[in-house]
Amino acid sequence: MTLQEITGSAHNFEECMKCTVCTAYCPVVPVNPRYPGPKQAGPDGERLRLKDPEFFDEALKYCLNCKRCEVVCPSGVNVADIIQEARIRYSKSKPKLRDRILASTDFMGSMVRPIAPMVNGVLSLGLTKSIMDGVLAVDKHRTFPKYSFESFEGWFKRNAEASQKQYKEKVAYFHGCYVGYNFPQLGKDFVKVMNALGIGVELLDKEKCCGVAMISNGMSEAARKNALNNSAAIAKVAASGMRVLATSSTCTFTMRDEYPELLKVDNSAWRNSLLLATRFIYEAVSSGRKKLVFRDSYKARIAYHTPCHLEKLGWGIFSTGLIKMIPGVELIHLDSNCCGIAGTYGFKKENYEASQAIGKALFDDIASAAADFVACDCETCKWQIEMSTGNKVLHPVSILAEALDLDLTAEANK
Amino acid sequence: MKFQVIIIGGGLAGLTAGLSLQKKGVSCAIISSGENALHFSSGSFSGDCPEEVVPLFAEAGVVLKGNPAKDSWRFTPSGSMQKVRLAFEDVTLYEEDKIKASKVLIANPEGFIDFPTAFIADGLSQQGVSCKVKSFSLPCLKTLRESPSEMRSVGIAKKLDCRINEVAGAIHKLLDGEDLVVLPQVFGLTSPEPVRALRDAVPAEISFIGTMPPSVPGIRVQMQLKKAFEKAGGTFLMGDTAVSAEISDGTVRFIRTRNLDSHILTADNYILASGTFFSKGLSSTMQKIYEPLFGLDVDCPTERTQWYSEDVFAPQPYMAAGVVTDADLHPLKDGQPVTNLFAAGSILAGEKNAGMALTSTFKVVKKIAL
Repeated sequence: MTLQEITGSAHNFEECMKCTVCTAYCPVVPVNPRYPGPKQAGPDGERLRLKDPEFFDEALKYCLNCKRCEVVCPSGVNVADIIQEARIRYSKSKPKLRDRILASTDFMGSMVRPIAPMVNGVLSLGLTKSIMDGVLAVDKHRTFPKYSFESFEGWFKRNAEASQKQYKEKVAYFHGCYVGYNFPQLGKDFVKVMNALGIGVELLDKEKCCGVAMISNGMSEAARKNALNNSAAIAKVAASGMRVLATSSTCTFTMRDEYPELLKVDNSAWRNSLLLATRFIYEAVSSGRKKLVFRDSYKARIAYHTPCHLEKLGWGIFSTGLIKMIPGVELIHLDSNCCGIAGTYGFKKENYEASQAIGKALFDDIASAAADFVACDCETCKWQIEMSTGNKVLHPVSILAEALDLDLTAEANK
Repeated sequence: MKFQVIIIGGGLAGLTAGLSLQKKGVSCAIISSGENALHFSSGSFSGDCPEEVVPLFAEAGVVLKGNPAKDSWRFTPSGSMQKVRLAFEDVTLYEEDKIKASKVLIANPEGFIDFPTAFIADGLSQQGVSCKVKSFSLPCLKTLRESPSEMRSVGIAKKLDCRINEVAGAIHKLLDGEDLVVLPQVFGLTSPEPVRALRDAVPAEISFIGTMPPSVPGIRVQMQLKKAFEKAGGTFLMGDTAVSAEISDGTVRFIRTRNLDSHILTADNYILASGTFFSKGLSSTMQKIYEPLFGLDVDCPTERTQWYSEDVFAPQPYMAAGVVTDADLHPLKDGQPVTNLFAAGSILAGEKNAGMALTSTFKVVKKIAL
């Protein structure tokens, strides 16, 4: 019998040594005194909650779920999992309309896409922002990510699907809500790069939002439904030996680690088949299986920001490793700091100030890097950095699409 | 992924090895399973220290006071004097076993309980030095006090580092002819500047003394060393754990980590700087103490009853447990040296201190980069 079975906690809270290193590195603690800090909210609080659920503190909602506490913990305690699981188990507060809207990225995307130009126009109006600020408590400083008129799936079916049949080697692509509804260009870049490598792209059978925004907005039941749907879709492809690639570090992290840990969806059959695109490409190239041919004229000074969930995955080395392969690139590795947006967290009026204060160290670092642009694998970091610093943010796959000589690369991989 | 050297452990030994090698042009990766013992540092190193550490740390912006080959003394939070060799700049060093002051002010942020002012006052009066204990408060500390878990060293440093003038003003008001001010180490989290600025602004010597963990100067030094290592081109795998290693014909072939799973890491040489029990460099069952990654030979009493001394203040035998090496610091596995593996720091069997950790580290660095 394991200690967890005896204590009734799903996580290893009893391994906490009370050293407080997690709290020292928590980005929320210095900016929000109402947040009890990861040690108190996590392992310390767990002891009490197991005794009596009345000890649950709604202030746990201030946790960003950035997982930095877990990355620094010397004892390997899943501090953030303990906190998120406590919210799922004990929280009595129901998500507000605002939270439901922010979390339902799939639903919102498919509803507004046909009227995207109008929605984009309306969302950017000062009056709309004031109303959303007043009525929904979505902070007026935020610029909503634009909705695309054509969804990625629509584009793919019309323009790319047929030509994918010519490739013998194939991967499946989990594009996520951001590529799906807001920024199909990244998906188009992904298809371009994979095709140049001699690899065809397939889409999953009805992918749904990974569920990360639902988890953080207290909608774990809905998140679990999505997880079961995605798990079945990925398992089907993975069973045929195909890799499933994603461009979003948070979607990848959520499906690999949050599904089993928080949503109790067993992904052991396919967990290792799901990879971040940068890792897959890096491994293919470094093993000599695939070749990249770059354009001589490509020159850039790039500052790389490691998103929190990529830091937790430990796969940042693949993204930076890929960028470093481009001969004309000077890479500056930014200090690992949270940008403050944490998905939907920073969109909420009550979190806006904290969100910007958390990001300040990163914004200052970006300013002093004096780069041509910032590179990053996360879409919400991109919004935050673009809004807060004025710097353009590109995904490593988009950088590759730009820096590669696609024809010569395709030739080299024939 | 391939490196010239892979270092397991991102503490004092691992970071020093990585920084030193990377500066010599040797490509290194450090695998660090969470943060390390520098986060619990008292701010000083005892035991014979190698000279090379002083210029290496200075290049990373870390000033080390004292003489690596000669003892100095520092005043400890328990009120006693301790022999040390080197210290971070926060600490005041004395040439003899006695504090140099005629009248001391012990000043503590109001509500901060991780600083034992009574022990310190008691220690000073035993030395015949008169002192008084005063607390000071600033409006910015009020929010910290609302949450008892936040009134800790690091939380205070985050508030006070950008308000050194206010702190200096508050201490000034408490001063009444004292020539030494004792303060807890709650200044200088991201840079040593606040420590220097406070010394400049207060008309008395200031000695910053260790608090309960986490250690503010320790975290700062860890960040400075890590930053310098990465700037020199090193790869730091934070929050990852080496879970298994392949050894054949007395040579390490590759390492697997938890995060990189199927993606193996290879190197020409490997350095084991994984520390002891807290950092899981050593583990134990009811029967034995063992080294979990490579299964190396461990020197420790075979009988469990011999692991401990009943006198709680005596040196505990289990604390001297560690891996056995040949003269070149190659650890032994089943009695045979592993030829491309080195051990450095507290994972080595025997007495443990920072000096020994640094001495073994530089010895390994010289073996790898002649």
